[in-house]
Amino acid sequence: MPPDRARAIRRVTMIVTLLAVLSALAFMTVGVRGSWGFVLAHRGIRLAALVTVAYAIALSTVLFQTLTGNRILTPAVMGFDALFILLQTALVTTLGATATGALDPRLLFAAECLVMVGLSGLLFRLLFRGEGGNLPLVVLSGLLFGALFRSLSSFLQRIMDPNDFLVLQGRAFASFNVVDPTLIGVAALLALAATAIVLPRLSALDVLVLGRDRATGLGIDTTQLSATIFALVAVLVSASTTLVGPTTFFGLLVANLAYLMVPSARHADVLPVAIGLAVVTLVGGQMLLERVLGFGTALSIVIDFVGGVVFLFILFRTGRR
Amino acid sequence: MNASPRPLLVCAIFVATAVLIAASLVTGGGYAWSDVLAMEGDGALVLAASRVPRTLALLLSGAGLAVSGILMQMIARNRFVEPSTAGTVESAGLGILLTLLLMPGAPVVVRMLIAAMVALAGSALFLMLLSRLPLGSALMVPLVGIMLGGIFDAVTSFLAYRFDLLQSIGAFGSGDFSIVLRGRYEFLWIIAALVAAAYATAARFTILGMGEAVAIGVGLNYRRLVAFGLIIVSVVTAVVVVTVGAVPFVGLIVPNVVSLILGDDLRRSLPIVATGGALLVLGSDVGGRLIIAPYEIPVGTIMGVIGSLGFLVLIFGRRGHAT
Amino acid sequence: MIEIDKISKRYGQTTVIDAVSLAIPRGGVVGIVGPNGAGKSTLLSIMSRLTKTDAGRVSIDGLDVTKAPGRELARRLSVMRQENHVAARLTVQDLVAFGRFPHNRGRPTREDTEQVATAISFVGLEAMADRFLDQLSGGQRQRAFVAMTLAQDADYALFDEPLNNLDIHHAVSMMRLFRRMGDQPGKTVVIVLHDLNVAAAYADRIIVMQDGRMVGDGPPANVINRRLLSEVFRVEGDVIDIDGRRVVSVAR
Repeated sequence: MPPDRARAIRRVTMIVTLLAVLSALAFMTVGVRGSWGFVLAHRGIRLAALVTVAYAIALSTVLFQTLTGNRILTPAVMGFDALFILLQTALVTTLGATATGALDPRLLFAAECLVMVGLSGLLFRLLFRGEGGNLPLVVLSGLLFGALFRSLSSFLQRIMDPNDFLVLQGRAFASFNVVDPTLIGVAALLALAATAIVLPRLSALDVLVLGRDRATGLGIDTTQLSATIFALVAVLVSASTTLVGPTTFFGLLVANLAYLMVPSARHADVLPVAIGLAVVTLVGGQMLLERVLGFGTALSIVIDFVGGVVFLFILFRTGRR
Repeated sequence: MNASPRPLLVCAIFVATAVLIAASLVTGGGYAWSDVLAMEGDGALVLAASRVPRTLALLLSGAGLAVSGILMQMIARNRFVEPSTAGTVESAGLGILLTLLLMPGAPVVVRMLIAAMVALAGSALFLMLLSRLPLGSALMVPLVGIMLGGIFDAVTSFLAYRFDLLQSIGAFGSGDFSIVLRGRYEFLWIIAALVAAAYATAARFTILGMGEAVAIGVGLNYRRLVAFGLIIVSVVTAVVVVTVGAVPFVGLIVPNVVSLILGDDLRRSLPIVATGGALLVLGSDVGGRLIIAPYEIPVGTIMGVIGSLGFLVLIFGRRGHAT
Repeated sequence: MIEIDKISKRYGQTTVIDAVSLAIPRGGVVGIVGPNGAGKSTLLSIMSRLTKTDAGRVSIDGLDVTKAPGRELARRLSVMRQENHVAARLTVQDLVAFGRFPHNRGRPTREDTEQVATAISFVGLEAMADRFLDQLSGGQRQRAFVAMTLAQDADYALFDEPLNNLDIHHAVSMMRLFRRMGDQPGKTVVIVLHDLNVAAAYADRIIVMQDGRMVGDGPPANVINRRLLSEVFRVEGDVIDIDGRRVVSVAR
């Protein structure tokens, strides 16, 4: 690699890391009133949740895009978030609130993760049957499956017992503002475990960017690698969705921004920047909107707007080629 | 296409619609069928004030949405376009929010008018984007429409959030006919007039579906016809969204099914498309009233399930055939 | 040696490869020719384990391609397919360096760097090494992918219609390059070609495919004749000898 390019990569990584740290500091300290001890503890939990989510979404999105060989599909665009919500809804509907309430939430979450790996695997196979070369077909059917899952969830929510619905609301309608603290630890642990599995595979993933056939030609067991990475993606999506709910365009946004900023296709270069950008957007964005502009829950709306515009932009650009 | 099964099919559709109308009139909580049928006591009131208006509203909305769908498909020359995949519904929602914001006390007519105007602008923007879309897969078209709708939605949500109107816009998210009462649905009759207008110009829209060159070649004013079609679609959508909320995918499923059987000559298919739309929305509503009686599931939710499933079948089925 | 033993491949009702057996010993340039839809690309794809067979087996130096470890195979066999699109923004240097992956698993040594540089100069892209692939012309991109295959330094190099998108100048220099590769000791080049004259000029051995079967095999002088033109390619024409080389001239 030419030295000026290596320098550019280092510079981008450093700037993004710095911004991420600054965002976290600002999130913890801006606008504190009253007891510092209480505020720091309270904000610390939320910061931990936001950072975990940012990490999980950035990692899962970049991995998923490498797996599918394009930059417009993300697990969320494919309806994985909606699938997870449907899974939770179906669980509460069939077991009832008392039964799900009696279970350890961490155990329940682990079971949901497992089912999620299986179900999203099925969905993925259905959409990429054979070639997966027809990108508009895959994207559109992913969006439609998302719509179907959302409609089915709200259908189930209508027919379920109102008491059950209250329980579900506590679990499934998490947002950037309402986070279930019991699960932060589990989600963070999962994200770390996923990282440990990904790290030794980074250079193989770099080769996968060339396409499945070429990676096979270069001696990579693509079937096994894809299956591993896919399971990781499903678990990471479960982790982030259970903490803050669905985020359709967030991953798309930070991953594409990272590709744009990093002059390299190596995962070792792209992933840190994508994760840093995710933290900046989520933590910094939340801080700005909440404490400076006074719009508490608007972050997901803003991300939907910007993400939608970016999506259209990429759609038009890829079509032109 | 074999001509013989068609009269039978048409008969079947009309009979089914008649049966569902009857079902819609007698289905619902609180009153015994016999009371309602005998028009005794409260039964008569329920029938006149709630069941008849509700049934009419369902028929009108369904017919209007299905016809809007097929008009959009002719204008955009794409099978997968309808008001909810072209940004029309979402921009109508934005229009409603703008009236709530700028003229909180405005009468319903004004709200509809502004919603229709914004819906028209939104659909025109969609068509403009399409003309810049590089030629490629037909599936790109609904993809762009859905995304554009999502962006309109985000703008609406943000404004609603900023000005504390989230609750008021929650209402038009998912179509619900349980709120229809005498005196609150009559604007839907506008749809009857618009559907009639579409039928009167059906031949022109059929030609429009063959493309700008053909349309101009046979001496039609292409731009005026597109504008006319968009106005029908926008007004129908706005009236439905303002009165009962969004009912997605009706305009997609019905025209595609009808086109498989009858082809795309609107002179022949438009009445069936309108009846089919009415049938679908009516059936969904009656079903929604029965599943968890005495509670109801709104049509918007049921159509969300049926519609996205149907859309999936449509795009996957298409791959089996030559494309 | 590449040994192909009675392989067959069907897609639905259509048989694309019909019980083909073939042995390709080390050394030289082998051309595979045949009309469109004859199964040439599928054959190449099966040989390089990118497509699974319905029956039969393929082995490279005794290693079954469906069972042997991928890395082991990648050091013996490289393949370049027709479609050469990569979504990521990579430079020529990046791309060619991937050819060394089977040898270094992503940790390049000094020797790898040299091999990459040699491969790039072999195809004449030194000046473009730091350019991104999407900034290259179609022919240059094609050569970059060939350089990647060169860097892989496998004993058997398989190419599927590598001359697509190349003008006559670049096509000739590409074929000369393949010839030089095939002349190195122990290296074998297998190329799917559609131009009979190119095949006749550069290959030591020509394999003719038609309707999924092998219908001809031998040195150009034995394979390229009027019967091949009329029966396999369904054109009338003459085969002329120029300086001991077969040249096809198709009747108008």
